[in-house]
Amino acid sequence: MARVIAGRAIVAGAAEGEALVSAEPLSFWGGFDFQTGTIIDRHHPLMGARASGLVLVVPFSKGSSTTTAVLLEAVRAGTAPAAIVTTGTDAFFALASIVAETMYGRSFPVIALDSPDFALLRTGDRVRIERDGTIYSDGPRA
Amino acid sequence: MQLSERDERMLAGDHGPAAKLAMSILVRMADVYGAESLMDVSQAHIDSTIYLGDATLEFAERLVSLGARVAVPTSLNVSGVDECGWTKWAVPAEWAAKAARQMLAYEKMGAVPTWTCAPYQTAMRPSFGQQIAWGESNAIAFANSVIGARTERYPDLLDICCAITGRVPAIGLHLTGNRAGEYLIRLAGVSDALQHDDQFFAVLGHLVGKLAEDRIPVVEAVTARPHEDQLKAFAAAAASSGRVALFHIVGITPEAPTLDAAFQSHAPMRVMDVTTGDLRGARAELTTADGRDLDMVILGSPHFSLEEFRRLAPLVDGRRVHPRVRFLVTSSRFMKEQADAAGALAPALAFGAEVTLDTCILASPMLPPEIRTLMTNSAKYAYYAPSLLNTRVTFGSLADCVASAVEGRVVRDEASEALWRA
Repeated sequence: MARVIAGRAIVAGAAEGEALVSAEPLSFWGGFDFQTGTIIDRHHPLMGARASGLVLVVPFSKGSSTTTAVLLEAVRAGTAPAAIVTTGTDAFFALASIVAETMYGRSFPVIALDSPDFALLRTGDRVRIERDGTIYSDGPRA
Repeated sequence: MQLSERDERMLAGDHGPAAKLAMSILVRMADVYGAESLMDVSQAHIDSTIYLGDATLEFAERLVSLGARVAVPTSLNVSGVDECGWTKWAVPAEWAAKAARQMLAYEKMGAVPTWTCAPYQTAMRPSFGQQIAWGESNAIAFANSVIGARTERYPDLLDICCAITGRVPAIGLHLTGNRAGEYLIRLAGVSDALQHDDQFFAVLGHLVGKLAEDRIPVVEAVTARPHEDQLKAFAAAAASSGRVALFHIVGITPEAPTLDAAFQSHAPMRVMDVTTGDLRGARAELTTADGRDLDMVILGSPHFSLEEFRRLAPLVDGRRVHPRVRFLVTSSRFMKEQADAAGALAPALAFGAEVTLDTCILASPMLPPEIRTLMTNSAKYAYYAPSLLNTRVTFGSLADCVASAVEGRVVRDEASEALWRA
């Protein structure tokens, strides 16, 4: 893995997967079908993409307060992303992971990046996240 | 982080296992938010009422089984089912039963069964400066911006933890300094006539939601004087297309008597001009249907208010919904009673309108598959329905929604159209 990015672990955890990246914020309610793990927001560039098991990289959550509940359902159903990476702290994604751990003993890492680092990740990059928030990516060097 | 003695006792379980669970989630979230302490709220609004599946139900019933009780006056958002009306629609019986169980769970916690996404139009409307913990994106934006109450943008599952503990992280929009405007959005050459068009504030909200990114927008040069339901439409639109939890409109919203006050004397981080062309583009985005086909007119996201029933009454007087079209208004049991008592419900029913209570078409799987094309005056319905319901939507004024329901196909008022073309 070529690239090392220093992220901040908002909810710590280890994960590995392919990156699914967009610069557009996403609401999970009305934007993500927890039964299929697919992004369904027709206004979003990732419309139609399957996010289950991937490292989802979006700047922040927008829209509905129900985003957290949709993510909790996704963890229960086994369709959640393996990790979520944002710019800045996103409380919605963090809460979903914290409650999922409380309810089901399963959480996913939520990592915050500085804006310039966010732009280093590309869809399809192979990404590994460590508990301290460090992200290793096989994407091309800057 | 500094916890009060009472917080510590709650965390230790002295107030029972439900308060312990709620406080433990709250403390972890306070750390995520970077809070140095917790603070009191005097009211809560719970969006976690929306039934999605087994996880939302298990969470609610877990809290009840631990003996959860809300510590402050608490209103409830929409549920997943109209308990009295669901059999007239395509709601699966299993869904209805589980959604009703979830409703019962939140009632058992001692919350007031308001069942509405417009709690600010009930007796539980908060006051200026009041510290509250609200969920539901449109209600958050309205409470902060139009009333000047203070809530952070609380997500489902955390709102109820705040209600059970009566505490929130002392961060974000609870604090005066974080309520200053950040982006300045100026109307540039947008005619007063267009600003008085019925669709204007919903469209402006949709556009501002996108332009604001994750910042607090201040809108300047609004010459129209929007009524409360237009500000409600703006808030709902901006909180759907974006993440707006607080906006200021100079000269209109309470924390923005002047531009300087809205920015708390800071300079804007960005300045953007919005033209009639930008608004025309935003309006076009809200219409995803391409023809004039119409299966259903849907009003009431956020929930239809008494004043909206009153505005609808003269428009439907002496007219009938076309036999091929359904005309649905979503509201709450409380508001329906108010409208009925005021004589504002009967004209809608005589017109052929149906009323669904305590939920909406986005929160309850009620639409039969043959309903493919909708028309609405709600930017929130227009934003979410294509993705959530696989329907196509025409966005239009209240008058055009009524006229189209009568005609059985989408029609638009030419004088209004001319304003948007100008």
